[in-house]
Amino acid sequence: MPKVSMTVNGKPASGEVEGRTLLVEFLRDGLGLTGTHVGCDTSQCGACVVHVDGKPVKACTIFAAEAEGATVTTIEGIAAEDGTMSPVQEAFQTHHGLQCGFCTPGMVMSAESLLKENPTPSEAEIRDYLEGNICRCTGYHNIVKAIMAASGQDVSKIAAE
Amino acid sequence: MPKDGIGASTKRREDVRFLTGNGNYTDDINIRGQAYVHFLRSDVAHGTINSVDTSAAADMPGVIRIFTGEDFAEMGGIPCGWQVTDRHGAPMQEPKHPVLAHGKVRHVGDPIAAIVAETREQARDAAEAIMPDITDLPAVMDMKEAIKDGATKVHDDLTSNLCYDWGFVEENKGAVDEAIKNAAHVTTLELVNNRLVPNAMEPRVAVGDYNRSTGDHTLYTTSQNPHVIRLLMGAFVLGIPEHKLRVVAPDVGGGFGSKIYHYAEEAFCTYAAKVINRPVKWTCSRSEAFISDAHGRDHVTKIELALDKDNNFTAVRTETYANMGAYLSTFAPSIPTWLHGTLMAGNYKTPNIYVNVKAVFTNTVPVDAYRGAGRPEATYQLERVIDMAARELGVDPIALRRQNYITEFPYATPVAVEYDTGDYNATMDKLMEIGDFAGFEARLAESKARGKLRGLGVNSYIEACGIAPSNLVGQLGARAGLYESATVRVNATGGITVMTGSHSHGQGHETAFPQVVAEMLGIDASMIEIEHGDTDKAPMGMGTYGSRSIAVGGSAMVRATEKIIAKAKKIAAHLLEASDADIELKDGQFSVAGTDKSVAWGDVTLAAYVPHNYPLEDLEPGLEETAFYDPSNFTYPSGAYACEVEIDPETGKVSIERFAAADDFGNIINPMIVSGQVHGGLAQGIGQAMLEQCSYDSDGQLLSASYMDYTMPRADDVPFYQVDHSCQTPCTHNPLGVKGCGEAGAIGSPPSVVNAVVDAMQRAGHTHITHIDMPLTPSRVWSAMQG
Repeated sequence: MPKVSMTVNGKPASGEVEGRTLLVEFLRDGLGLTGTHVGCDTSQCGACVVHVDGKPVKACTIFAAEAEGATVTTIEGIAAEDGTMSPVQEAFQTHHGLQCGFCTPGMVMSAESLLKENPTPSEAEIRDYLEGNICRCTGYHNIVKAIMAASGQDVSKIAAE
Repeated sequence: MPKDGIGASTKRREDVRFLTGNGNYTDDINIRGQAYVHFLRSDVAHGTINSVDTSAAADMPGVIRIFTGEDFAEMGGIPCGWQVTDRHGAPMQEPKHPVLAHGKVRHVGDPIAAIVAETREQARDAAEAIMPDITDLPAVMDMKEAIKDGATKVHDDLTSNLCYDWGFVEENKGAVDEAIKNAAHVTTLELVNNRLVPNAMEPRVAVGDYNRSTGDHTLYTTSQNPHVIRLLMGAFVLGIPEHKLRVVAPDVGGGFGSKIYHYAEEAFCTYAAKVINRPVKWTCSRSEAFISDAHGRDHVTKIELALDKDNNFTAVRTETYANMGAYLSTFAPSIPTWLHGTLMAGNYKTPNIYVNVKAVFTNTVPVDAYRGAGRPEATYQLERVIDMAARELGVDPIALRRQNYITEFPYATPVAVEYDTGDYNATMDKLMEIGDFAGFEARLAESKARGKLRGLGVNSYIEACGIAPSNLVGQLGARAGLYESATVRVNATGGITVMTGSHSHGQGHETAFPQVVAEMLGIDASMIEIEHGDTDKAPMGMGTYGSRSIAVGGSAMVRATEKIIAKAKKIAAHLLEASDADIELKDGQFSVAGTDKSVAWGDVTLAAYVPHNYPLEDLEPGLEETAFYDPSNFTYPSGAYACEVEIDPETGKVSIERFAAADDFGNIINPMIVSGQVHGGLAQGIGQAMLEQCSYDSDGQLLSASYMDYTMPRADDVPFYQVDHSCQTPCTHNPLGVKGCGEAGAIGSPPSVVNAVVDAMQRAGHTHITHIDMPLTPSRVWSAMQG
């Protein structure tokens, strides 16, 4: 079996994989990084979004072998070393942007990318960017609100808690 | 005042682990030495199994063992938890639901064989080498055709495809028929309540483990109610007593009803782990979930609403065909009956009501409760027909509702339930305020100016939650009690662990439940931890569904905490050398009334476990209490919802511009969490009304079997919602005065969406459009506009 090596959350990681092993399988089963979730098998739900060389990627859409030499960040690599959450993570908690937590890692990873590309997105831009992330619990209200808050926008006028 | 007591929007403590990738979902559990199972599932809807040749597959790399229906033929089937009695007093027809298909396959997705192998991929590869020889039979798909004489039968050993023909209340039928005959006006509506797939984002997973040296079984599973799974699977399928079977449901990624039921895969993994003497893991793929998770709704209904000359409702008569699918899922028979028929009074004082439901077997995936479960189906037909009646009579739909609202409580409906409290005018008033009805005309003009149509739809709703009084549901056919349990374990240094039979899979119990105990004891919520989801830890409990957790589980926790307080007061009385009748508990301090003598919470808890100065002759050491709470009635959350849509007349595309929800949930523990529950329900209700449709073709092939074809609501399909729960008429029969909030959004929202679209059509002059079936896709709306 071929061997792959990559940098995951700042540390070198390697392992043997089958040619058909998906990146998400390598992360979950090979490296034990179970924060990245699998919610579908057609690359629609976005629960498995990670960053590959700084770009958001659905880890179910690429083979582990394709990430050879890449720098990968997963949800486990977003908070600081001491556990301090990022502004996006913090805002999700403050504004109740998650319920069951299953889609949350992908939502956070997409939101982090969005704010890197567009530091103060409008409501419509946020909703559009999240097209590839499905949440069944929150009705998206508090996710959108949390991302607006994380970008420094005033969300006090948005209805409800 | 305690920090984070009742009424505080406390931030959720469970969030940090979910936000940092440290949740512990069932698929995150891997046991050393585990094998993997893959299920080979039927790709035809109906057929006779002639043989299943597993010989080639058995020789494939990594294959440990292959199981077929023969291996389970002598075992019990997957049980049904509710027996409905039909109009004529006969029990429903109840077929066996084998763990693996035996003799016949009855829906696409019915498992034919289970391949256990060293790796997931090897199991999947071997499945492709199995050669089932199946003779196709005609697929039974249309419910009305299915119950005609001579129709192909889904189950050869039943007399027909009719599970039951239920009438409620049968004795009312004559009076209802008479009232309709004598009515000044009757509005009739035929509609479909579209079949949905619940689609919790976490697919189901089961890991079975067995310890041969002790005989102990453990099942890790994605369940809303691990104790129920332990009972159903242990007692009815595998014959394992509770003390040798542990069921653990750790972090669960959403349920919405679909994870209530005992599924064949759970029984398989538990059983196979013993047979091969290794842990066995199954992880469902999303495509597999579509053909194996219980579906929801799927009713075909005719409703008639009769009114007198003054527009008072005089009668409601309904006839519904309810799809059961191929087998009876755990609570399937109760959904179109007791959770649907009993709600047909809605918020209105209609004196005569008769509900007929024909439940039908078809060659489709079993159908069971999905968020709301029977109550959305009741609300939808009633609130649609009222809107239609208002239009036919030329009266304002809100005024017609208000005129017929129940305004005096308690109110006994003609469909056997008694509403304890409510104020439907108050929620309607609040709705009109938060929905800015006053500004609608201006928004309508603005839409028109851009060439768009606009409509406003409203509805009321009521639901019955907090299920349920055990003796009552027992009379109605439930094969379970529906109490809840809690153990409050106070530790020596004052911290508390609460073990609850409720289960949290997104509802935030770990945060909200401690708020209740904190309020009662006057200590900070951070001193209280919730344990749930493990049958070895919590006492027998019935789990979470039907918006029951705070109303029933919360009440059990209150009762257990009351016992703690009573005992703690005795200990404090001893320490203070006073009578326990004189002890008051406030802000975590026990004091003697009228004096400045007091002891702190921690002094009392320490004394309970280090009983040196302690009344040992009168009182046991320790401070731990358990309570089981069985509710005396359902709770009745209610509210009023409004949807405002804009429609592109060129394409028929509907966009939800505004959505407002004014709910009465009684008392509220954590307003932030309650709002979140409503938001999520609204998106599911809007999804049903606008996007979601589980489609089968006439051969029983599921056409919408992945996210490529089944349209889940995305962030850009919904607006920010206006929600309010300041109208509060507390429940009168539970200690917290709470009603439950989990399902309201999904129950209350579909009718207002459809009412809004019909309103827009009417305003635009399409007066022939009085109804469009859900989902309101651009194609359906555009086609309707073409006449």
